Amino acid sequence: MQMPSPDARVMAKKAQVVARLSKALGDRGVIHDPAETRAYECDALTAYRCPPLCVVLPTTTEEVSAALRICHEENVPVVPRGSGTSLAGGALPTADSVILGVSRMNRVLETDTADRIIRVQTGRTNLSVTGAVEELGFFYAPDPSSQLACAIAGNIAMNSGGAHCLKYGVTTNNLLGVTMVQMDGTVLEIGGAHMDAGGLDLLGVICGSEGQLGVVTEATLRILPKPEGALPVLMGYDSAEAAGACVADIIEAGVLPVAIEYMDRPCIRACEAFAHAGYPDCEALLIVEVEGSADEINHQLETILKIARDHDPVEIRAAQDADEAARIWLGRKSAFGAMGQINDYMCLDGTIPVSALPEVLKRIGELSDSYGLGVANVFHAGDGNMHPLILFDANKAGDLEKCEEMGADILRLCVEVGGCLTGEHGVGVEKRDLMTVQFEPQDLEAQMKVKDVFDPKWLLNPAKVFPLAASEGRRA
Amino acid sequence: MIRPGSEAELAEAVRDATGPVSVRGGGTRGLLPEGTPLTTSGLSGIVLHDPAALTLVARAGTPVEEIDAALAKANQRLAFEPMDHRALLGTTGTPTIGGVIAANVSGPRRMQVGAARDHLLGMRFVDGQGVIVKNGGRVMKNVTGYDLARLLAGSRGALGVITEVALKVLPGTETAANLVIRGLDDAAAVRAMSDALGTPFEVSGAAHDPHATGGPRTELRIEGFGASVAYRCRALAERLKAHGPWETETDRDAVRAHWRGLRDVAPFHGQTGDIWRVSVRPSEAAAVVARADATQAFYDWGGGLVWLRTSEGHDLRAKLGRYDGHATLVRATPETHAARQTLQPEPPALQSLTRGLRAKFDPRGILAA
Repeated sequence: MQMPSPDARVMAKKAQVVARLSKALGDRGVIHDPAETRAYECDALTAYRCPPLCVVLPTTTEEVSAALRICHEENVPVVPRGSGTSLAGGALPTADSVILGVSRMNRVLETDTADRIIRVQTGRTNLSVTGAVEELGFFYAPDPSSQLACAIAGNIAMNSGGAHCLKYGVTTNNLLGVTMVQMDGTVLEIGGAHMDAGGLDLLGVICGSEGQLGVVTEATLRILPKPEGALPVLMGYDSAEAAGACVADIIEAGVLPVAIEYMDRPCIRACEAFAHAGYPDCEALLIVEVEGSADEINHQLETILKIARDHDPVEIRAAQDADEAARIWLGRKSAFGAMGQINDYMCLDGTIPVSALPEVLKRIGELSDSYGLGVANVFHAGDGNMHPLILFDANKAGDLEKCEEMGADILRLCVEVGGCLTGEHGVGVEKRDLMTVQFEPQDLEAQMKVKDVFDPKWLLNPAKVFPLAASEGRRA
Repeated sequence: MIRPGSEAELAEAVRDATGPVSVRGGGTRGLLPEGTPLTTSGLSGIVLHDPAALTLVARAGTPVEEIDAALAKANQRLAFEPMDHRALLGTTGTPTIGGVIAANVSGPRRMQVGAARDHLLGMRFVDGQGVIVKNGGRVMKNVTGYDLARLLAGSRGALGVITEVALKVLPGTETAANLVIRGLDDAAAVRAMSDALGTPFEVSGAAHDPHATGGPRTELRIEGFGASVAYRCRALAERLKAHGPWETETDRDAVRAHWRGLRDVAPFHGQTGDIWRVSVRPSEAAAVVARADATQAFYDWGGGLVWLRTSEGHDLRAKLGRYDGHATLVRATPETHAARQTLQPEPPALQSLTRGLRAKFDPRGILAA
């Protein structure tokens, strides 16, 4: 993967930039020793690494503003960073960039159950937002797999989803307001504890802009009352077609489960070996979760199980209690860890129309054969968000490159059947050069115009989202 | 009136325009900016409905009623229940899906399921230079590139002319019921609605009409499968009994018709004066109304949306001062619209972003909005 070569003028004035930042943030707020900046050389896309010029760790919006103003004046690129859990390289530094990490900004600023909102500093982790309101009977709905570690800042930048968005939506549907600092240091207040914008919906375009329009330091999030109860049911099928048809029939029947998860045989076997969740050995496994009171759950399950039986299942198992529910989820939730135990893998994130599922799985199988690399499929079936895991050997020369090529082919396939390159991980550097598969030049041009307005010098999170060739005339 | 029959024709019309173009769907929302009228009504028809994927794609000029009818056949619906402005504004014409998205029009269910923009999966539009742009797609989860579709939703045509939208649809509901309490003052009503919305019983409508026949009426809508609705009504009334006695209305068709009325702000129909729509933090709503010096108020979205009827030319924003929210002038004479401004004025930093975006997407200033 190609990155722009570092700006020699910036590299030459590192000492001056560090001095100015240290003066504004204090020595504690700036890291510039190469031994220490190394900790920031990559995010969860570990295949690509590059230590930054230096790192700033502000504690307030004012400090963020001061740091950005200095970088703006010095023409230094800035890479915003939440917890560094991006799988797309969204927080990958360039050698001439300053990493701006919000990890020290993790306070809860306000909780209000009457207005059903929480306002937090964005360095706070996703799960700890729910943690702050759980005892009050509420939760924060978006639940990416990395929720223990990932920061709200990154969730907003990538418009993160999770397993339960079929019912509750993704980050953009649960974000009411932000405090955001522009590259020139201007502090903006957008939205609040009220609903919808009075003018242009700037919040809508900021969410998912991968940290390229500004640094979000505070966020007002919608919190929801916890359901009375939730119960998963597990279903095993002997073909992808049967499982896919079952999902379609459940949705068409008017039941809206909170989650429908799908795993294929390689994934089932790995999870079973790892977590001993008691999964049947079959071609396709579905986990469907419904919510409500005991009676409501039973009523929904009745409908779902009737449909499930019509498709000739290998096994059906409804959890009878919390313990069984936890066991059903255990395997799915440890899927990535389980695969990691047996293999190096690359996790993809395309979305397809649910109806295209059997065809896409078949063609992924064909690609797997022709590349000679194994694939395990695990994904959110209700909303068509696929996570094929391509297995490779990082120690074998050429395997990573082969794996990346195959990944690109799968994502092209997603676009071809009417889907998209990324459902919830973001473009980052990983899918940057595939953007032309999904978009015409004028589509990308329109997106880049927004960046022109928010960050005219193109200093924020450089070399992400847009193919380098497309952004060449704009980048500093 | 320019009435393009295709997206390509529309793009050509915008490219060829030499002065302001006043874009409209069905023209049901009254105030139309000055300029050569251009309607999207010639771009009509449902392009795709995939019930198993909960997805519908339609051209901008497609009448909302045509979409409602097609979805109903598959027992599905537009969950954000867009309001119909005709009775409130005394307009004619047919509401179109493009108009709904361009103004981000959402009904009572907004606080439970989200706004129109939350159901938007993708869009095609023509910018001020006549360039055709697509954004998003037709799948439920999509973070590929910037979310221009949401930026365009609610932009009232200021950045481009929407030609096609892809929407997430939801299953229909088997039945609906209402819990009603009488006689609460505004502050108590908002507290009761907040308490209701803080329960797990999935309240899908929460409104308060201080001027209802027979005295103030606060109501909560419960929808879903029959047994579930009955259970939740009981459980909710029990949970909320500190607010007073709640009555249950279970005639499904009557409840639905009644909420269609609330959706369209029926309490204001046939009344004179200016009409304002105020989005506000619910706990501030009663205080905002108290200082509004309005003739009539009506609360939706559990207090998060307040409709106000005032005397003509009333300077509402001056009365309201600072609060967490914004006010839009929905009905007034053109003079009042000009004097008071239709949209809430923005702080300078946001204003400069809005101006910057309009200049980028419409450098010639062709799109009147």
